[in-house]
Amino acid sequence: MLKKSKRTMLFSPADTPKNLFTAHLYGADCVIFDLEDAVKYAEKDAARDLLAEALRVMDYGDTQIYARINPLYTEFGRADVETLVPAGLRRMRLAMCEKPEQVRELDALLTELETKYGIEPGSCQIQCSLETPLGVTNALAVATASKRVESVSFGAEDFTRSIGAQRTKAGNEIFLARNMVVMAAAIAGVDAVDTVWADINDEAGFREEVRMAMNLGFAGKSCIHPSQIKIVHEVFTPSREEIEKSLAILEAAKDADIEKGGVITVNGKMVDIPVIAKAEKVVRLARGAGIIA
Amino acid sequence: MATEQQVITKSGITLPSRIDGYGEVKPFAGAFATAPQGKKYAPAKGTCPPGTVKVLGNIAEAIEKTGLRDGMTISFHHHLRNGDYVLNLVMDEIARLGIKNLTICASSLTNAHEPLLEHIKSGVVTGLQTSGLRGGIAKAVSRQNILGKPVIFRTHGGRARAIEAGETKIDVAFVAAPVSDPMGNINGCEGKSAFGSMGYPMVDAGYAEKVVVITDNLVPFPLKRISIPMTLIDYVVPVESIGDPEQISAGAIRITKNPQELLIAERAAQVLIAAGAVKNGFSFQAGTGGASLAVCRFIKDYMRENQIKGSFGAGGITATMVELLNEGYFETLLDTQSFDDSSAKSMAVNASHVEMSASMYANPHNKGCTAHMLDIMILSATEIDEEFNINSLTDSNGTIMGALGGAPDTAAGAKLTLVVAPSMRKRIPIVKDHVTHISTPGETVDVLVTERGVCVNPRRTDLIRALTEAGIPLKSMADLRREVEKLTGVPAKPEYTDVIVGVVEYRDGTVLDVIRQIKENQ
Repeated sequence: MLKKSKRTMLFSPADTPKNLFTAHLYGADCVIFDLEDAVKYAEKDAARDLLAEALRVMDYGDTQIYARINPLYTEFGRADVETLVPAGLRRMRLAMCEKPEQVRELDALLTELETKYGIEPGSCQIQCSLETPLGVTNALAVATASKRVESVSFGAEDFTRSIGAQRTKAGNEIFLARNMVVMAAAIAGVDAVDTVWADINDEAGFREEVRMAMNLGFAGKSCIHPSQIKIVHEVFTPSREEIEKSLAILEAAKDADIEKGGVITVNGKMVDIPVIAKAEKVVRLARGAGIIA
Repeated sequence: MATEQQVITKSGITLPSRIDGYGEVKPFAGAFATAPQGKKYAPAKGTCPPGTVKVLGNIAEAIEKTGLRDGMTISFHHHLRNGDYVLNLVMDEIARLGIKNLTICASSLTNAHEPLLEHIKSGVVTGLQTSGLRGGIAKAVSRQNILGKPVIFRTHGGRARAIEAGETKIDVAFVAAPVSDPMGNINGCEGKSAFGSMGYPMVDAGYAEKVVVITDNLVPFPLKRISIPMTLIDYVVPVESIGDPEQISAGAIRITKNPQELLIAERAAQVLIAAGAVKNGFSFQAGTGGASLAVCRFIKDYMRENQIKGSFGAGGITATMVELLNEGYFETLLDTQSFDDSSAKSMAVNASHVEMSASMYANPHNKGCTAHMLDIMILSATEIDEEFNINSLTDSNGTIMGALGGAPDTAAGAKLTLVVAPSMRKRIPIVKDHVTHISTPGETVDVLVTERGVCVNPRRTDLIRALTEAGIPLKSMADLRREVEKLTGVPAKPEYTDVIVGVVEYRDGTVLDVIRQIKENQ
């Protein structure tokens, strides 16, 4: 299935009206309006109401809008979902997700709300944020807990805190966790989105990390500042040459019987199932980026 | 106030044909429609026999020697900006001497000049001519008509023109100088209070009847680098300090990290490139706002990649423009006002960084001016309307809070005038059906770039074609206004009395608009 890209997921606190007006203008594929960590306890209700109002009046165009809701076990979690779904929210990021039961609880609440408000069944989707050793270990169970799970994301800050590691730019301390999240996502057939990079002044370091995340198999990167978007898109967007080559491979493979073990050649090079899979990924990224229709 | 007769400007503004405290109104007729007439004004001859001592003990002595008396006009310049001490020092002495009913012709007035309010209240000052007005004075003019007659707002080019034409006859010009020799040779580049170009007082000194230099750095004769020569100077007064160096040289203006300004700047650079304006030999005025300066960064990348070299940068010069000069992206800088210490230092050492008077910069009634040589001009706006008229003088409540600067001058002269502005500020839309007041006429403005899209003046069909071909999506100003108003609502318009508190002159001396007193309950 061809999906719209999740190359960039820009975090934006939901308690500032200006952010609700402007966050989508910076070109991120997705914006995550944060009701959780970025919002003070006393402002939680106000931020939720602001976001609900914004969802009713704003035209966010083709930017995918998420809300990072508070966990359902807090006093704010259910109210976030009950207020925002009728206001139009269809994608929510479940913070600190550790067990499939948490996903199923949210799934049940969404089913209830879809029924109550006449919303298309299953249209409310979930991104599970894996931020603890337990969450990462349970990644596959979490990612397959509900059909509503459309992606998982990895959060390094809480993860390193949980295991007592020092967060470094090299990222050796999170290398395994990243791989586990990507593998679980691949098995579950959902996207995996990499963690944030905190130093907005270190563009070279950020670019290197983005390249590494893409090579590991992540579909995109969480961003904390609009200046990071352009760099992620540059790395995650295939070149014109790659796109043309991939389109040629897919065209040639259309009528061939490769699924049964056969091979074909395109421009003198052998094409088999892994090559086709890579070509599909390139075309998917290009479509998601809006480069080709 | 006589309001029987009315005139209509080319922008469609109806004005009284005569305004009390101002005189006859010549309505704005188009950017280059009003031709100069007559001859330039000349001050009386002076003499300086051998042995003349120009250096005086204090400001009061200088005021007395100039013969300053009630009803005269005096001038100041604002190169020291928020760090200026000179205007307040002089006005305090004038007040102490009991002189009343003066008109101040300043290149601009800043927050540093707030004490002027007391001199207005006490009747020492009864007239203001300036490029801009802010803070308490601006509020008192807008709401209480504290002067009792309109402030005359002039552009930098318009001020030079009015002085040279004799429309504003300066009786005494007070010139703040970071360095002076005993005969009054001065420049702006040397000393603890160095501010760079002396573009504004170059004009004042040439046409004022008397000229007083006030300096905190008296050096032996002769000064080696001379911006204004002793041939124009009557007296020199040493003082402890002409300004606060911290406020004058606030350091290099840094490129913004504000994501919205960067977004606007990047889009503006794309527009300029798509329009074909960034090419070998192009000339450029960047302005000083965050987004304007950020445009330079994006243009610089393009110039480097495509090996493009510009000819000159002009106007108010910043560290960013100095950097472009030093790195070889431009051949020359023409500087009428240096905006930071990098610019001031650069002009002192780099022969390609050239000082120019406000008249050479922007006076339309000269035999040449830099503003008319510009290819690209970038400016900001408080409001812009569907006719592309710009307001940079008043806020959305109609209160005076800004300045004309050189924007109307360069907008008229430049081949491509591009406005960078957010579509709303503090949830107040900047795009209006009609601006609260016109400071730059829409016929001289080509493109608006906001974070929500690009609008091109329908007059510029060539630009619309070029940008469309380059794949830059365009919006009409009406669509942008509706989009923004959906988010902000439509703000209530300010209500005014009939009393005119400000006259906005176009650079050629015609009247572009008037500012009326705000109704008490607002």
